[in-house]
Amino acid sequence: MTPEQARQMIKDILREIAPDCDPDTLPGDADLRDSLELDSLDFLNFVEELAQRSGRRIDEDDYPKLATLASGAAFLAGS
Amino acid sequence: MPALGADMEQGTLVEWLVKPGDQIHKGDIIAVVDTDKSAIEVESFHTGTVEALITPVGETVPVGTVLATITETEAEPARPGAAEAGRPGAVEAGVPAAMGAPAAAAAGPAAMGAGPAAVEAGRPAAAGAPKGKRAPGKRAPGRARPGRTPAPAGPAAPVHSTPLVRHEAGQLGVDLAAVHGTGRGGTITRADVEYAAASRRVRATPLARRLAAELGVDLGTVTGTGTGGAVREADVRRAAAAGAPAAQQPPAQPPAAAAAAGQAPHAGEAGRPATAGRAGTAGRAESMRQAIARLMARSKREIPHYYVTNTVDMGTAMSWLRERNRRLEVSQRLVPAALLLRATALAARQVPELNGYWGEDHFVPGPAVHLGVAISLRGGGLITPAIHHADDLAPGELMAKLRDLVNRARAGRLRSSEMTDATITVTNLGDQGVESVTGVIYPPQVALVGFGKIVERPWAVNGLLGIRPVVVTTLAADHRATDGYTGGRFLTAIAQLLQRPEEL
Repeated sequence: MTPEQARQMIKDILREIAPDCDPDTLPGDADLRDSLELDSLDFLNFVEELAQRSGRRIDEDDYPKLATLASGAAFLAGS
Repeated sequence: MPALGADMEQGTLVEWLVKPGDQIHKGDIIAVVDTDKSAIEVESFHTGTVEALITPVGETVPVGTVLATITETEAEPARPGAAEAGRPGAVEAGVPAAMGAPAAAAAGPAAMGAGPAAVEAGRPAAAGAPKGKRAPGKRAPGRARPGRTPAPAGPAAPVHSTPLVRHEAGQLGVDLAAVHGTGRGGTITRADVEYAAASRRVRATPLARRLAAELGVDLGTVTGTGTGGAVREADVRRAAAAGAPAAQQPPAQPPAAAAAAGQAPHAGEAGRPATAGRAGTAGRAESMRQAIARLMARSKREIPHYYVTNTVDMGTAMSWLRERNRRLEVSQRLVPAALLLRATALAARQVPELNGYWGEDHFVPGPAVHLGVAISLRGGGLITPAIHHADDLAPGELMAKLRDLVNRARAGRLRSSEMTDATITVTNLGDQGVESVTGVIYPPQVALVGFGKIVERPWAVNGLLGIRPVVVTTLAADHRATDGYTGGRFLTAIAQLLQRPEEL
């Protein structure tokens, strides 16, 4: 997965979880949970969907890497 | 129209899921009602046959209005005049039973939603007529109904399925004809529909769904422009503007009573920005604000609150959680809130004096631990549905229930029993980043438990200073029902339970 694809995937999922928000307007380094007001269950839904679509195992220790759009895309695109 | 929460005064019938002649069981979902807060699935309080649907779709009626009449199965065929005996049970009659004594008790001087329902139940079924929408004779349940024909069957009619399943299929955009039924005789079950939906779902945002219901737009006819063809708010508006004759709208709410507006329920809970700019949701947000204002003002007016607070070491619980989650798929993982809820439910069982309702002048114990959970809604406001028998659920089950409840609350698909049954409520503002929350009790309950954010703090254990994750737990309780000593026992029980997470 390229970083651009990863970024798109993250945005798609965020759009479903927080339909009122537009991830396109989100700065790459903004904290997702803060700016989109995701609670812990929202975030769990986000991680679950991300793991499913990317086919990648995401552990709790990886959660900090999913904090922003930029770091999340880098994490998913990396090996 | 049942009182779906103590703050409800009226409701709009959005959809009937049954028709006259249908056999229904207690607990079946028979209608969808829109309240100030959310669309709620109304469950039947009776087992029997649907006699007549009284309240038409789209009508807004006060709590206590008869929605439909149901002939109970055990009853003999009703004779003319039987209505005076009140035998064909009006749906309404079940409300006081479901709410128990507290509903009646709530009908005090400042009677909120529950009052009229209780009154209604005392009357014969036919006495529900005062709204004058129909001639009383027309609704006498005992009379023969020569014209009783099944309602026009939907496109999915040839397929074996229940009304509920058909409704669910409609909601999820699943064509029943294409679904393989795994139930008895090939009947399509809810699980089948959900399975089909998971693989091919017509997506719509919760906001779009609510708006579609408000504007009377059939989601199935709307072309979605969102990701994967998801129907978004703008799509619904476009469809509505394109001339689908909108359903009758209730008159616009009067401007909010300015005095009430200041009284937020659980300080900060309404922190999510209200979507005031949007015409459709603004009406809902405003009426929800008013409902919350009325209820919370009543709580503070009538309930002498006392408060106790405790700081709990979460070190053991968090390590246990991390270790447990490490081995599990994302969908099986627990969030700390699940442990906090579990500990609360068990503590409520240990200290039953806090689990129940305040009646006229005495405490009425709850029939079980039905844990109300304050859920903040996107677009503002909050809703506090119950997790039934929370003390009987293992953390994993509780977690699954919680996720389901939050998702349905935000999608506007809660059930009536979830709205009325809570015996004690929890507000967990930890996710919003505050350290503690001191709540306002949800009448007629007698206790509200608050959890703040789990934060790392310097902590002394056995004379040594270390850094531990801790959480501030608070209890707001009704001093009429209990004293501070009881509240203290309750918070101590929570703290002790959280020290042995493996036993939770």
